Amino acid sequence: MRHLLSTTDLDRAAAVRVLDTAAQMAATQGRQIKKLPTLRGRTVVNLFFEDSTRTRISFETAAKRLSADVINFSAKGSSVSKGESLKDTALTLQAMGADAIVIRHQASGAPHTLAHAGWTDAAVVNAGDGMHQHPTQALLDAFTLRRHLAGDAGNPDGVGRDLAGLHVAIVGDVLHSRVARSNVDLLHTLGARVTLVAPPTLLPVGVGPWPAAVSYRLDDVLAQGPDAVMMLRVQRERMSTAGGGFFPSPLEYTRLYGLDARRLATLPDHSIVLHPGPMNRGLEISADAADSPRAVIVEQVANGVAVRMAVLYLLLAGDGDTGAAPATGAVPALTSVPTTATEVSPR
Amino acid sequence: MTSGTPVPDDPTAGAPGTAATVVLGEQDVARALTRIAHEILERNKGGHDLVVLGIPTRGVPLAQRLAARLAAVEPGLVAEHLVGSLDVTMYRDDLAQHPTRTIGATSVPAGGIDGKVVVLVDDVLYSGRTIRAALDALNDLGRPRAVQLAALVDRGHRELPIRADFVGKNLPTSTAERVRVLLAETDGRTAVVIEGGGAR
Amino acid sequence: MTTQYLLKDVAPLGGEPTDVLVAGGLVAAVGAGAGDAAENAPDDLHVIDATGMVLLPGLVDLHTHLREPGREDAETVASGTRAAAAGGFTAVHAMANTTPTQDTAGVVEQVWRLGREAGWVDVHPVGAVSVGLAGEHLAELAAMADSAARVRVFSDDGKCVHDPVLMRRALEYTKAFDGVVAQHAQEPRLTEGAQMHEGVVSAEIGLAGWPAVAEEAIIARDVLLAEHVGARLHVCHLSTAGSVELVRWAKSRGIDVTAEVTPHHLVLTDEEARGYDPVFKVNPPLRTQADVDAVRAGLADGTIDIVATDHAPHTREDKDCEWAAAAFGMTGLETALSVVQQTMVDTGRMTWADVARVLSENPARIGRVADQGRPLAVGEPANLVLVDPAARRVVVPEQQATAAANSPLRGRELPGRVVATFLRGRATVLDGVPQDDPARPGFAAGRVTP
Repeated sequence: MRHLLSTTDLDRAAAVRVLDTAAQMAATQGRQIKKLPTLRGRTVVNLFFEDSTRTRISFETAAKRLSADVINFSAKGSSVSKGESLKDTALTLQAMGADAIVIRHQASGAPHTLAHAGWTDAAVVNAGDGMHQHPTQALLDAFTLRRHLAGDAGNPDGVGRDLAGLHVAIVGDVLHSRVARSNVDLLHTLGARVTLVAPPTLLPVGVGPWPAAVSYRLDDVLAQGPDAVMMLRVQRERMSTAGGGFFPSPLEYTRLYGLDARRLATLPDHSIVLHPGPMNRGLEISADAADSPRAVIVEQVANGVAVRMAVLYLLLAGDGDTGAAPATGAVPALTSVPTTATEVSPR
Repeated sequence: MTSGTPVPDDPTAGAPGTAATVVLGEQDVARALTRIAHEILERNKGGHDLVVLGIPTRGVPLAQRLAARLAAVEPGLVAEHLVGSLDVTMYRDDLAQHPTRTIGATSVPAGGIDGKVVVLVDDVLYSGRTIRAALDALNDLGRPRAVQLAALVDRGHRELPIRADFVGKNLPTSTAERVRVLLAETDGRTAVVIEGGGAR
Repeated sequence: MTTQYLLKDVAPLGGEPTDVLVAGGLVAAVGAGAGDAAENAPDDLHVIDATGMVLLPGLVDLHTHLREPGREDAETVASGTRAAAAGGFTAVHAMANTTPTQDTAGVVEQVWRLGREAGWVDVHPVGAVSVGLAGEHLAELAAMADSAARVRVFSDDGKCVHDPVLMRRALEYTKAFDGVVAQHAQEPRLTEGAQMHEGVVSAEIGLAGWPAVAEEAIIARDVLLAEHVGARLHVCHLSTAGSVELVRWAKSRGIDVTAEVTPHHLVLTDEEARGYDPVFKVNPPLRTQADVDAVRAGLADGTIDIVATDHAPHTREDKDCEWAAAAFGMTGLETALSVVQQTMVDTGRMTWADVARVLSENPARIGRVADQGRPLAVGEPANLVLVDPAARRVVVPEQQATAAANSPLRGRELPGRVVATFLRGRATVLDGVPQDDPARPGFAAGRVTP
């Protein structure tokens, strides 16, 4: 694989490989000297058509920790119908010698178009496109879940393991959420069971074939004792769109779908709470829940850097020859290979 | 990830017609490690401040074997407190020439490496580039008082000014040959084998 | 002196092979002795061995975007009508969403005149229903009807006449001159920001959905309005199984409604959107396989009256971008007949006589075009298309006569080839090649703007 566009691009082995690589990256981030020389001389462009300081900083940190040169290209508002086209931007970055383009775009499919239109040779990493996918978010969520729910004393990161048997509830605005789409696909690939919880107005028509159960009632799902609850951000502008909004009032939403102290208390002891951030405290999550010991929201941010380091490493560190070779143990980027300490490594 | 030579996936399979010569058997390897353990203790006047770091893949079990011998010889040493692993993948100078490599684990004994004598352990010393990467990796982990190198096999053909302090066996080879270290921990049996390169 | 054409061993409407003589702008003779009639005439005689070929009345498109005036960078009347001739058409209805809008007698006469000057096909301008397609005030429909263009089809195509009162007035008002309102059925509130059919694929790939009900709700309302005021209604580019059911129900009630389907809705589904290639972005959107099956069945059983291309040429820059930024629409004039052959004739759903009905006779009747879509009989105007159904070809948009390259069928092999097109006895296409005539203004390849 040359790009990371969607979590559907990853089979189980490839996903575990990203998580295992991220575990090694995370280990380096506890050191005094966090910078590695691995991607020296490579250029990573953060191409953001949509504001997202958090995601951009996370990718920027990841690239810099691997010694890549980082160019931040904020193209907000210059995509659709005005200003420079995506094509011309891509041609410009190609001319500048970008090795990877990390793209955030409000249009679903823009990273796919960038990767496949023939405008650039760079590896394309989807940092969130419209209502489609946000694969590195799903990977960092999976990494966090694995560390908390599949790790043990001998293997704290759960290296080599998947998420088989875990039950994850994803709660909130599934309709507009690329985080939800990415997570449903990846969690399913890793063997977890997913339940989507949302008011019917915030679930897509066509959700039927998704590998996830659907519920309109949060309390019913919490009563099943999920291992993790992932709260999605509810944007306040959803209140003012066509038809007068997707739900009657923030209060009603909070009452039915907000995670508060009372609901938190009903969860099993080992359950954890995730949120991709930024949070709307008091809307989808209360301060009690957000700040509770079982909330791993700040840890998700730290894990985001490790996961993005892993993705950049897997896409950029090798010779780009991803076609042949598994027969001799060569490792195509982002595809599967055993990663235990006793493997027979290629030379 | 240890030697500088290409090693096929299945170390027990020799290509048909390829001359595979066993140069060290299981007992030879055991004796070499025991000798190296004694040399390390002698050179360092005991086991004080020793840290033994194996370079994945096969340097790691070798380091563990070495640590066990050190602890057996030197009173007061505990093998598990001596030994660790040092992955050098992210420091290699040839990443872009190969398909993406899997990153191995790095683990350092609880005491760290600052002020310690670090003995790097690898199976085969060849071009020296792996050791160059290891020195860089070590540099990011801390500041040892001294760094020493133990290799089970030194096959020559150095490309960098690097020399082993402790060698199990010097093995003059041609570059056309392949030296493979097999260990019970990783390969099911222990031996050092030379393949290819015609008659020996 | 004009050229006569003798089509030897041709199969009229796919029937028994015979000879057909085209002379004096008319079908001059039909039958084994047709050649004899030519010998007595002084004109040149061009004999075409039409063995294995099918003769149809010239095709009539009720739904073409020629883009001129306003977007001559995408298509002109000259290039678009040349493409139409290459596709076997002898008449097209030019949609009103030009700049300026075809909402006055002056603009429709301009388009009509450009069509006459180009000479490839008869161009019948469609008049806008509302001023500027804004959906607020009726345009001067009668003035357009009485103009030299003699407009009979009125449409805000591209936009829906969504105000029920305006729609009612338009249906009533057009009765005075036997006009018809061709509705682009799209409930605007249900389709704000919509990018593709709302369903399994849109849910997965994260493009804003365009529910089938947004089309069906308008059709349901409009057939009831048409019934109430006793007017004619035409439904443009119907695309869903539910729409077929509604039209079937309306016809069973005796409501004077006709409906069209596009070639692309006969052959493509929303699965095409998965690659985010904007060439598949179209309004109405590509639907599901169940919808494709339903519109094919509806076309075969007569519920759907016609196939119309909705030929919508766009510039490269309007398609060479991310999906959301791309324009809606795809070309179709030069592939329509092949798609109908592939999906309806070669599958046994329809005969060539049925093809003549849905691509020529019915659209001419709906558009009140008297001299098109006529029987293949002696004395009729020689508006004809000669088709070789055995030929196969791979679609290469750059080699088409249209100035635009946004064909969704790029690289696909299609059956059938237009060998010749005759407009009132004159060959606009021979041997599959448009017959450019330098003597006529605008009668040249590509982008001529008189």
